[in-house]
Amino acid sequence: MAILLLGLSAQAADFQLLNVSYDPTRELYQEVNAAFAQYWKGKTGDNVTVQQSHGGSGKQARAVIDGLEADVVTLALAYDIDAISEKAGFLPKDWQGRLPNQSAPYTSTVVFLVRKENPKSIHDWNDLVKPGVSVITANPKTSGGARWNYLAAWGYALKKFGNDETKARLFMAQLYKNVPVLDSGARGSTITFVERGIGDVLITWENEAILAIKERGKDKFEIVAPSISILAEPPVALIDKVVDKKKTRTVAQAYLQYLYSEEGQEIAAKHYYRPRLAKVTAKYADRFPKIKLFTINELFGGWSKAQKNHFSDGGLFDQIYGHK
Amino acid sequence: MKLLLKQKSVLPGFGPALGFTLFYLTIIVLIPISMLFLKTATLGWSSFWETVSSPRVIASFGLSFGTSFTAALINVIFGLIVAWVLVRYRFPGKKIIDMLIDLPFALPTAVAGIALTTAFSERGLLGSLLGSIGIKTAFTPLGIIIALTFIGLPFVVRAVQPVLEDLDKEMEEAAVCLGARRWQTFVHVILPILFPALMSGFAMAFARALGEYGSVVFIAGNIPMKSEITPLLIITKLEQYDYAGATAIATVMLIASFACLFIINRLQWWSHHRQEA
Repeated sequence: MAILLLGLSAQAADFQLLNVSYDPTRELYQEVNAAFAQYWKGKTGDNVTVQQSHGGSGKQARAVIDGLEADVVTLALAYDIDAISEKAGFLPKDWQGRLPNQSAPYTSTVVFLVRKENPKSIHDWNDLVKPGVSVITANPKTSGGARWNYLAAWGYALKKFGNDETKARLFMAQLYKNVPVLDSGARGSTITFVERGIGDVLITWENEAILAIKERGKDKFEIVAPSISILAEPPVALIDKVVDKKKTRTVAQAYLQYLYSEEGQEIAAKHYYRPRLAKVTAKYADRFPKIKLFTINELFGGWSKAQKNHFSDGGLFDQIYGHK
Repeated sequence: MKLLLKQKSVLPGFGPALGFTLFYLTIIVLIPISMLFLKTATLGWSSFWETVSSPRVIASFGLSFGTSFTAALINVIFGLIVAWVLVRYRFPGKKIIDMLIDLPFALPTAVAGIALTTAFSERGLLGSLLGSIGIKTAFTPLGIIIALTFIGLPFVVRAVQPVLEDLDKEMEEAAVCLGARRWQTFVHVILPILFPALMSGFAMAFARALGEYGSVVFIAGNIPMKSEITPLLIITKLEQYDYAGATAIATVMLIASFACLFIINRLQWWSHHRQEA
């Protein structure tokens, strides 16, 4: 009996992790999970399988709040993870300081996708407010991705008008006047632009834009990098309550740290997310055009503040549509 | 009532069957819906009122109820015609058309939404045709009506069909013998018999349309104050983690739908009663 027990404890342990993520990261994490399982097996001899769940970032966060047992979450914006911390208390409020780079191992930015040869000659944000230009973006109130788009435009306007908020508001009002459809999700607006052929320009995440071109052919679309844009930082976090209950803290922690490793960064870059590691950034430099980027902390004082000022009911976005 | 309960039924097991029915309804319907009210109650009266009376929410109520009503009405008229054709005439391909009617039931609503939007957007087959005569459908309230008509079609057809099938041809013949013109026969003989079925078809199509989300969000355009349906606003609230606000709007929807269904039910009862008399 004692021998049998001894034999069991020496055997490799099996771990199961659940990574609750948002929509466009499906392919990225498929590759990460396979690579991490191999890495972890080599390091500790234990088997780890990471299961994935994808959906709209806000929806996913609500599922975790309501009890979906995620060991880690990898969402589109810090606000959604803040909500898990605030509403459910599953992780401490200062979660963002627990990993390097405000817990965002890879980044992206907001660019334009235009039709081949750029017939409306769109080169920067101020071309989007011109009359006759039709702009496609999702509704920032329902789509996390679209919130980055909105804030990127707002940041441009603030810089252009020397922080004059009244003028910036006017700019935003003109921009959204050119939006004929506000899809509820970011992928929805990509479909509107790419499949249905509606609109002259799609405001979108860089990884989505590159993916659209890769899938639909170079002869149909072009990417236009604006003069300035926002540094989109999709964050990752450990859900303390779940990992303590499932006793998976060590492996879950290692999983998140793996995203910062050279292999992890390589995989991110391969899936068109901008890596943080200088060495990997240099290797994929030709893939990501140099754009002047501002962060949400610099310009908006973080997500909670931005959410409250811009996207709450009666906030600045609602005011664009004429209701206070 | 008491008398009725005590009466011996031919079928055994009334007690357990009723008990099970009540239990089942409680688990499946009553408890989840009471959660809605409980969550709303956390809001307090003043913020409840503030939420549901904001211009954007009011605009969405107008849009949701207006388009659902219109779509259900369209379905009553054309659903009746479709049912009529299917019951009264024989023609090749009838079985296939009969099956097509149920398609909106079977299709995931998101698929319906994508298909409709593809057909009715400016570059789509139907959208470009309508566009050439100056009618814009996708991304306008008109597009919403189209989507809601689509998903509501089976309700009216399937409600009217069996009644039409049972309709005594002799009654029509009698009417004609007594000198009624065709339209008189229809208005005075056939329509009153069909009325209850049409009403229940209308009620189901209307109720389904009110709650429809999946197919509408694709074709609506979702522009605040113009083409935002109420279910989308509920999702919007959830996206802001405003559970109480979302359930507040949902509560108003629930009460309003219940009132509508109640009125329709009374109308049905009234027309049935009048016929019997």
